[in-house]
Amino acid sequence: MKRSDREKELSRRMITRRALGLGGIMTAVTGTLMWRLRDMQLEQADAFRLLAEENRINLRLLPPIRGLIHDRNGVLLAGNEQNYRVVMTRDDAGDIDLVLSRLQKLIALDDEAVARAREDMMRNRPFVPVTVAERLSWEEISRIAANAPALPGVTPEMGLSRIYPLQADMAHVVGYVGPVSDRDLEGLERPDPVLMIPRFQIGKSGVERAEEERLRGKAGSQRVEVNSVGRVMRELDRVEGEAGETLHLTIDARLQNYALERMAGQSAAAVVIDVASGDILAAASAPSYDANLFVRGISSRDYNSLLENEYRPLVNKCVQGMYPPGSTFKMVTALAALEAGETDGRERVFCPGHMDVADNRFHCWKRSGHGRVDLVAALAESCDVYFYEMSQRCGIERINAMAERLGLGIRYDLPMTSVASGLNPSREWKQRTRDADWRIGDTVNVSIGQGYVLTTPLQLAVMTARLASNRAVLPRLIRDPLERAAPQAADLDLRPEWLEMIRRGMSNVVNDRRGTAYSSRVTEPTMAMAGKTGTSQVFSITRAEREAGIRSQEDLPWNRRNHALFVNYAPLVNPKVAVAVIVEHGGGGSTAAAPIGRDILLAALNEGRPPLSAYPTSQRNRISAEQEALSERLRDLGSFRVSRA
Amino acid sequence: MSYLEYNTQRMPKGAAKILHLNWALVVLLVAVACYGFVMLFSVAGGSATPWMEPQMQRFAMGLAVMFVVALIPIWFWRSVSGLAYGLSTLLLLGVEFFGSVGMGAQRWLEIGPLRLQPSELAKITTIMALAAYYDWADIKKISRPVFVLGAAMIVLFPVFLVVRQPDLGTSLLIAAAGGAVIFAAGVHWAYFAGVIGSVAGLVVAVFVSRGTEWQLLKDYQYRRIDAFLDPTLDPLGAGYHINQAMIALGSGGWSGRGFMEGTQSRLNFLPEKHTDFIFTTLAEEFGFIGAGSLLVLYLMILAFCLVTVLRTSNRYAALLAVGVTANFFLYFAVNTAMVMGLAPVVGVPLPLISYGGSAMMVLMVGFGLLQSAHVHRPRLPT
Repeated sequence: MKRSDREKELSRRMITRRALGLGGIMTAVTGTLMWRLRDMQLEQADAFRLLAEENRINLRLLPPIRGLIHDRNGVLLAGNEQNYRVVMTRDDAGDIDLVLSRLQKLIALDDEAVARAREDMMRNRPFVPVTVAERLSWEEISRIAANAPALPGVTPEMGLSRIYPLQADMAHVVGYVGPVSDRDLEGLERPDPVLMIPRFQIGKSGVERAEEERLRGKAGSQRVEVNSVGRVMRELDRVEGEAGETLHLTIDARLQNYALERMAGQSAAAVVIDVASGDILAAASAPSYDANLFVRGISSRDYNSLLENEYRPLVNKCVQGMYPPGSTFKMVTALAALEAGETDGRERVFCPGHMDVADNRFHCWKRSGHGRVDLVAALAESCDVYFYEMSQRCGIERINAMAERLGLGIRYDLPMTSVASGLNPSREWKQRTRDADWRIGDTVNVSIGQGYVLTTPLQLAVMTARLASNRAVLPRLIRDPLERAAPQAADLDLRPEWLEMIRRGMSNVVNDRRGTAYSSRVTEPTMAMAGKTGTSQVFSITRAEREAGIRSQEDLPWNRRNHALFVNYAPLVNPKVAVAVIVEHGGGGSTAAAPIGRDILLAALNEGRPPLSAYPTSQRNRISAEQEALSERLRDLGSFRVSRA
Repeated sequence: MSYLEYNTQRMPKGAAKILHLNWALVVLLVAVACYGFVMLFSVAGGSATPWMEPQMQRFAMGLAVMFVVALIPIWFWRSVSGLAYGLSTLLLLGVEFFGSVGMGAQRWLEIGPLRLQPSELAKITTIMALAAYYDWADIKKISRPVFVLGAAMIVLFPVFLVVRQPDLGTSLLIAAAGGAVIFAAGVHWAYFAGVIGSVAGLVVAVFVSRGTEWQLLKDYQYRRIDAFLDPTLDPLGAGYHINQAMIALGSGGWSGRGFMEGTQSRLNFLPEKHTDFIFTTLAEEFGFIGAGSLLVLYLMILAFCLVTVLRTSNRYAALLAVGVTANFFLYFAVNTAMVMGLAPVVGVPLPLISYGGSAMMVLMVGFGLLQSAHVHRPRLPT
């Protein structure tokens, strides 16, 4: 419309004024933006730069190589094997069901594994590789490689996983590894970050667990640049980790193998100790199990059958099993009485076959009685009454002290699982735990290794080694391969003439016609042996059973029979090796345990295999047949030897 | 105002018009566009494709369009204002009924090979229509409610249609640019106080209505508001983009991390790094020097636009120029405020820099109109 000049001027002024106002607002806003930009880029730049770096850089841990475990001769007990596995990436696979079904035709892969792999892939981000199958053979890997074009997203990979070449032989000692569980992390103040690596394996039992820190090594690390979805773009730098330490056990794998096979078919345990050094040469607990099953993930069926087996293969009876020592305890009672000065050892005690103590009648195992016996004869013939008498003279406290001095009731600090302390009872102990007074009958029971006293085969072996050496031998499982001489144990300080009597008694057990283990004697003089049998009562035959015609152990069900024990050492002069054997519910010590103890001891003295020449001529035919049968099951360790330590 | 009014005064004719363009503005526009080319080259990982090359072609085309529009007399544009407004409104209605859905919103209209974003067009045509309206209206009566209502109708009709697409960002920009024109025209300030007051009331209503049956915004819009208010609340969800953008921006420091060295953009932590969030890449790689100098350039563009406004005595031309200036200002202010965490994330590109055709073309048409106002300003006879 036509406007007057006045109106035009009015319009122009208004627009100029308001446009300048708008310009002012715009400038102010832009200034604010500038200020904000300055604040972020100059004032807070470092904080933001840090955030950007955190975004960009991802630290990845490289799992260290786990340390090896060798036996004393360099035989590999625990190693790492190359493990071929197949990983699959959802992103690259496209149709994962199709690829998986193709994969199933090439390698052994059950539906359960396929379902699990599928689930893993869907749960993770699409570019995360998921392990589909492990422990493939070279043939399977080659087949996958040959069919690679039909298998998009599938890559064969190689890793390391734990292997126990001797399978069941070392399961109880070496133990096994398994994936890290929440329980493993519990109680760790600052868990090693390497434990968070998926599929990282940690020691679960035995040496693997006890020496985890040394075996694990130190993780390496790798800094990688990742993009916003976490895909690795490039490696920035890498610090190699440190492999775990190689451990050398004191175990002789060949002897261990022999001991286990010698006890095959029985629920038994044997511990062999080097008398001078305390080295545990063998700690065999039969039956055993293949530790590799646990590394690979044991099936619930296999696991249940191990759990339900009444011979308890999962238990390391050498250190976990606690048994009444029976007559193998008599040396303790005898030494306690000698030290107390209550007898000189030559004194003879009359054994009518029983003894009445405080209105109770205690029987000798030989109902007809031993007649008059001195200490040596009492040990050789295992006369109970003699020790009933001695224990009443010296009292429980002296017996308790002597038992401890000989290594009983002590929890040895060994890198094994659940090392038990046994039970070395005392007046104070009974008051504390049972809230009852110690009775004289309790002392009488303990004097022959019954009643409250409980020992482990390891403790019995230590006791035997201490008796043989008069030194406070301490068992050990790991040795420094470079050590010149084993550390000498402290003097036990038992008077030599006492020990001489004890040793003579033990020698007579096997070498005297009246000895309880005469049939297990050794005729080779360089391997001449001393020992002590033990039969520990688990249940007494009840009156009802007796009336029902059950007279002997053989008539009882297996789990009610007596435990058979035998401890021995050899040679008689300058003893080298001490052995303790227990056969659970084996019946009598002289029949069930002594032959095993003898064979294992001979094997220990002769590079793991008992020489036929050591046996009495009358037994050689039978022994030779037995050895033949056994030798088929024994392992040839030549191929497992990695290096001579 | 009529052709006669102009004719009585001295006016450059033919090719001579080119000499009378606001050349400083042209130079500034080219400079800003060059920032854009460099950044698009960088975010493509050092490649001219897929973004820099098409962007250069578009800018060249945009410059050509600007010159053509600039050389056409401003009175022609005044006379087609109503028509343009009507046409763009029809296109918006077309989107309402036939538009294709992109990014969760109907924004494009496909006519043969042409892909139109009528909401961008509506920004310019609304300004044109308002300028023409106030050129027509009696200056003494413009503050009367009826006249204000007329102007409001012109603005709110396209705003309403764009909100329905739904494109809250663009609709607010149209409303704000329209408001700037109405303000410049001289409408009584009390109206603006009223509008600002009711907007504040509306914001309150928006928050109060959340979760009720009559909630005013879509859920995703609420989430964006939440993310804006506290980006760290949900760093991997709704706040992710703005958090990452701020990290990129802040980590630039004084001189930046270097050309093509920005880890945030190169490793894809930045969203929409070639479009709405391109400013963050600039700030990350060139630091305060790069980002700050861009803001200075923008400010200079505003200044030269205002020169045009102030130098023309023609009411239509001046108001149109105010609208174009305000529109441009709103683009860059909202975009940079958004990536710096000062405004909620709304889909507003960085003018002349973000990759995209429609916005660039509409901006250049706008500058063309402003240049036309500059060239064809009434001059006193000498």
